[in-house]
Amino acid sequence: MPKTEVVVRIAGAAGDGIASTGESFARVASRSGLHVFAYNSYQSVIRGGFVWLQVRAGDKKIYSQGDEPDFLIALNQDEASRHGPAMPSGSGIFYNSDKIKIDNSMVKERVKLYPLPIKDLSVKYGQNPVMQNTVALGALTKILMMNFDMVVSVIKDTFGDKNKAIVDANIGVAQAGYDYASSHWESINFSPKYDYDSRRPVLTGNQAISLGAAAAGCKFYSAYPMTPATSILHWMAAHSEKCGIVVKQMEDEISVLNMTIGAGFAGARAMCGTSGGGFALMTEAVGLAAITETPVVIVTSQRGGPSTGLPTKTEQGDLFQVLGASQGDYPKIVIAPSTVEDCFYATAEAFNLAERYQLPVILMSDLYLSEHMETVSNINFNVGIDRGLIATSNGNDGHFKRYAFTENGVSPRSLPGMEGLTHVAASDDHDETGALISDALTNEETRVRIMDKRMRKMQYALKELPPPKLLGPPDADITLVGWGSTYSVLRETADVLAKNGVTANHLQIRYIWPFHDEAVEKILSNAKRILDVEGNYSGQLAKLIRMETGIKIERKLLKYDGEPFYPNQVVKKAMEVAKA
Amino acid sequence: MRDVSMYKVETKATWCPGCGDFAVLRGIQMALAALEINPNDVLVVSGIGCSSNLPGFLKSYGFHGIHGRAIPVATGAKLVNPDLNVIVAGGDGDGYGIGLNHWVHAMRRNFDITYIVMNNQIYGLTTGQASPTTEKGQRSKSTPAGVIELPINPISMALVTGSTFVARAFSGDADHLAKMVELGIKHKGFSLVDVLSPCVTYNKHNTYQWFRERIYRLEDNGHNTKNLDDAIKKSYEWDAKIPIGVFYETDRTTYEDEEPGLKRGPVVSQPLGISQELGKELLEEFE
Repeated sequence: MPKTEVVVRIAGAAGDGIASTGESFARVASRSGLHVFAYNSYQSVIRGGFVWLQVRAGDKKIYSQGDEPDFLIALNQDEASRHGPAMPSGSGIFYNSDKIKIDNSMVKERVKLYPLPIKDLSVKYGQNPVMQNTVALGALTKILMMNFDMVVSVIKDTFGDKNKAIVDANIGVAQAGYDYASSHWESINFSPKYDYDSRRPVLTGNQAISLGAAAAGCKFYSAYPMTPATSILHWMAAHSEKCGIVVKQMEDEISVLNMTIGAGFAGARAMCGTSGGGFALMTEAVGLAAITETPVVIVTSQRGGPSTGLPTKTEQGDLFQVLGASQGDYPKIVIAPSTVEDCFYATAEAFNLAERYQLPVILMSDLYLSEHMETVSNINFNVGIDRGLIATSNGNDGHFKRYAFTENGVSPRSLPGMEGLTHVAASDDHDETGALISDALTNEETRVRIMDKRMRKMQYALKELPPPKLLGPPDADITLVGWGSTYSVLRETADVLAKNGVTANHLQIRYIWPFHDEAVEKILSNAKRILDVEGNYSGQLAKLIRMETGIKIERKLLKYDGEPFYPNQVVKKAMEVAKA
Repeated sequence: MRDVSMYKVETKATWCPGCGDFAVLRGIQMALAALEINPNDVLVVSGIGCSSNLPGFLKSYGFHGIHGRAIPVATGAKLVNPDLNVIVAGGDGDGYGIGLNHWVHAMRRNFDITYIVMNNQIYGLTTGQASPTTEKGQRSKSTPAGVIELPINPISMALVTGSTFVARAFSGDADHLAKMVELGIKHKGFSLVDVLSPCVTYNKHNTYQWFRERIYRLEDNGHNTKNLDDAIKKSYEWDAKIPIGVFYETDRTTYEDEEPGLKRGPVVSQPLGISQELGKELLEEFE
């Protein structure tokens, strides 16, 4: 039976050009009409270390980077020795035979070796060390019987802004790799359904967040560089002028959020981004946004904690940091987007919710979701913009009730510059006009009323936000529970389980706060067996579910080694639980 | 000249009788009246401290934020709407202590905002601890044996960090103070007005009397406000004689003027969202 899906792993050291080679292959596949999913496992080094990237491509929607690779491109001896012996039977290894020694005794049976004499193949083109990647890319596309025109078009677009000599040299070495493979080896029967007219964009979660923000009319973005949120800053800075977005890198995350609040207060749709450590610094200002009722969107992309933790590794360990951020009770909305496409729409939605309810909205991503690449099919820039209640005029200047007590807790806001609607937004608690009730004019009754007013927003938001739905058959053998980036691997797991005769359904929590306690309780109390799958040590979502519904989930698959879940890990555990 | 009452509100300032901050409030109102800036075009941002209560005592848009973070809020607002007149008001603890980082960076960026520091050399709202400008040796509740460290010199710091307007005023010389604030607002670029604003309750050392014995006006002394070296030299005068007035003023392009995202004008007035054509173009980068 022909293969319709392929998994390729590229392994080397930082600085070897792994990410760009992986991206090139992903784009070749995407330009051939295939779906792609790629994950890059890297470290906080600029040169050296162990880095690998795994791309999975096929003609159906791909939900993860896959498990065992079909092909390995080894870029140095260390990585050939590390990954080579683990390659499964039937797979193949491409490598630079001038520098890397592999023989059949090092690998499993029926692992095909593809030695590439890089020096000979690239001598005409100047023998730049990263050319070995392009030679291998050319050879791989031949073995996969892919259309070489797509390789040429990707190289042209990648190096288009450099000089023609570079473009020609890269096409030359790719062609040399392609021809060498053609004359030395058989191609494999990889025949997915190609479609050269359909080009899906290959996006990371962070790029989707950036595009979603632009679509929603974000006019201000601030950040301090921090992995894995930094690529939002990069996209925003590169598109600042084109999209009319003021982008400011600040001296720390404290200033980042305070500045974003200033921009939001002045009337711009404003967003900032960080990871757990930076979010910790922002914490005090999260409550400031809430008490001043200033709309802001905060993206926090989680990485391994605590402290500096695992700066370039994924984790879902910040749920309670985000829920517990800032002192006191205050309204906030926390959304955990589940896919790259959802990153786009959740960000756009976050801006509307922030302005409609005049509060901070926190988007929780993680390194895996923020940085993996995926083909997306449905990006529509017409996201719908709702700016919420804006005051229009006021006859009694000086008595504008910025914080008027209303049924749903939302009061029309005025923006600096609007005539007759001046007011002070204060971090001290205040009355309807904004006058302080904190010190000299302390007032217990008003304090209770203004607290109640702010908190009422949460009741109304909960009514508006769609409750979670159970995906899959309602009477399944097992219910998989997760939040955020685990959506895709859980979905794939459910499919694999079905093929193995186990029915599974899937509950993914997208709105972390306010929490849909009734809906979740109803779903989980009807479940036969529940498996909670989270990328953290303590099962933070399971704790939240217990807190909000009283349901204790006993079976958990928790991962905190820095790597994302692989489908076979979840399938194995789910089979155990389903059969228990 | 507008009527000063335009900038007044019913709320009475809650400062101690005799507090230097009253003169600053009056000075800001007089400066705005003199410059004929409407209250709705003014945003006064503060942090936390006695002096940071100021936005509630005058008519304008105000944002009374958290301790030490007034400048980031102010610059965020200014960057999305450069048409606003943005004034930051606060104390020495707020600005030269917990918020010093933001102050230093705002000066090198040269945002067009005016920063008025009511410098009383003490923490007042927390009832009398040493502040970053408390003099060495001075006793306070947190330094019963006397302050061991050197105070911040805000004037020299502003001069070497790129503030394009650096002045000092004294609450005991209210009209001169109002003039300094007016010049600061008028200046295009970052203006610092450090106001010696005595705390009559907790600082028994740096009193009105103590200042009166030492203060003189730079403008009466032929000081050249265009010369950075002269300004730096003057900024070191303290114990015997204390200069007030404009130390330094220079022209430098503001941050807002060079910001690429503002090429089409204030972003608060721009249409929101992305056209389908631009969206298509943005997505093509990823195909």
